[in-house]
Amino acid sequence: MKTVISRSQVKGDFVSKVAEISGENFFNCYQCGNCSAGCPSVDEMDLLPSQVVRYLQLGLEDEVKNCKSMWVCAACMMCYARCPKGVDISKIMEALRVLRLREVGAEGHIDVTDFSDDYLARAPQIAMISGYRKFLPL
Amino acid sequence: MKYPYFPGCTLYTKAKKLDDAGRECSLKLGFELDELKDWTCCGATFPLVNDQHITMSGPTRILADTKDQGNDKLVTLCSVCFNVLKRTNYVMLNDEERRSKVTDFIERDYHGEVEVLHYLQLLRDEIGFDVLKEKVVKPLEGLKVACYYGCLLLRPVKEIGLDSMEDPTIFEDFVRALGGEPIEFPYKVECCGAFQTVHSMDTATRCSREILNSAKNCGADLVITTCPLCQFNLDDRQPEIQKSDPGFSSIPIVYFTQLLALALDLSAEDLGFERNLIDPLPLLKEKGVIA
Repeated sequence: MKTVISRSQVKGDFVSKVAEISGENFFNCYQCGNCSAGCPSVDEMDLLPSQVVRYLQLGLEDEVKNCKSMWVCAACMMCYARCPKGVDISKIMEALRVLRLREVGAEGHIDVTDFSDDYLARAPQIAMISGYRKFLPL
Repeated sequence: MKYPYFPGCTLYTKAKKLDDAGRECSLKLGFELDELKDWTCCGATFPLVNDQHITMSGPTRILADTKDQGNDKLVTLCSVCFNVLKRTNYVMLNDEERRSKVTDFIERDYHGEVEVLHYLQLLRDEIGFDVLKEKVVKPLEGLKVACYYGCLLLRPVKEIGLDSMEDPTIFEDFVRALGGEPIEFPYKVECCGAFQTVHSMDTATRCSREILNSAKNCGADLVITTCPLCQFNLDDRQPEIQKSDPGFSSIPIVYFTQLLALALDLSAEDLGFERNLIDPLPLLKEKGVIA
């Protein structure tokens, strides 16, 4: 598939917003892949963490916006811990999530009442709060 | 000696046994956890984007209350609370703009004066593992313990600073002080899937399976944790793991304060093991830890 990369895309509003609110400079990444090697969620991801950063470097907004990867990230920060360039991908994934969550509004978030009573009786509330704040239903 | 203590929501309910055992043990060790007055939830997740300040108002208020109640330290038992409070305090110390936005909003004067300590850190740095060793009444001889750190107790290391990110030893040193045998296993700092358990449950199941298999392959009798979410995932995902992997044998997951309580000879009946999905009592009996 042919992919067009343009200067306007690389400098585009969406990519700039992700950089701004994550506080991360994508261009520090030299694509070594340590993040993807250490990420516990790659089995469920469509784009590897290093690919998400690469696509952001290239300004490929739609590919990044529609990826599943941000929604299966557990924010465990292993990517950041192992990045030789200090890029905190957990912040980039969070930025991608919150931009979408802000578009969708509160009604779109996961609904804890969808869980069974048995599950709710055991699952710690920290999981519920974090889940509600971070995710849309898959 | 009294240490200001922040239990957090989960330790009042689902993880009550982590809290109870921690408080009981502190008295045996010569200090007291003095519960902070009028505390609220810490928010349960640190905001990872720089334009979200409101979710720091809860943890900042807790830290400001700690200071205003005359304290310079705050102890937590829960890894999640520890991570949120510690990271918030890092912002208060190092980011003037975000600090003033939050403190102006909650109308409090706070500049990061409180040191957030995890209970393990308190045992290591304030009490001393050598002193702990002397206080042990029933050494956990022959018990092979997998010390599972998970994510939030360690990362990000620049802000948390508890121990090495890749090869921490605080948990193993703790188990050695209790007379137990810590085993090394490659997955000790990997993620259990965390809050994906309410979203992508398959991720939590797979991550938990990998961690538990790693611990068992290295000879662990049981796994200890500091985190209610790790405890939940590692314990409650086991029936699901067994469905896809019939050869999987279960392994008990207990809180580190429960293990500490056993070594200090507190009664196992009071430690709330009935809440564990995988009952640790048969193993503890077999190993002679309890009668």
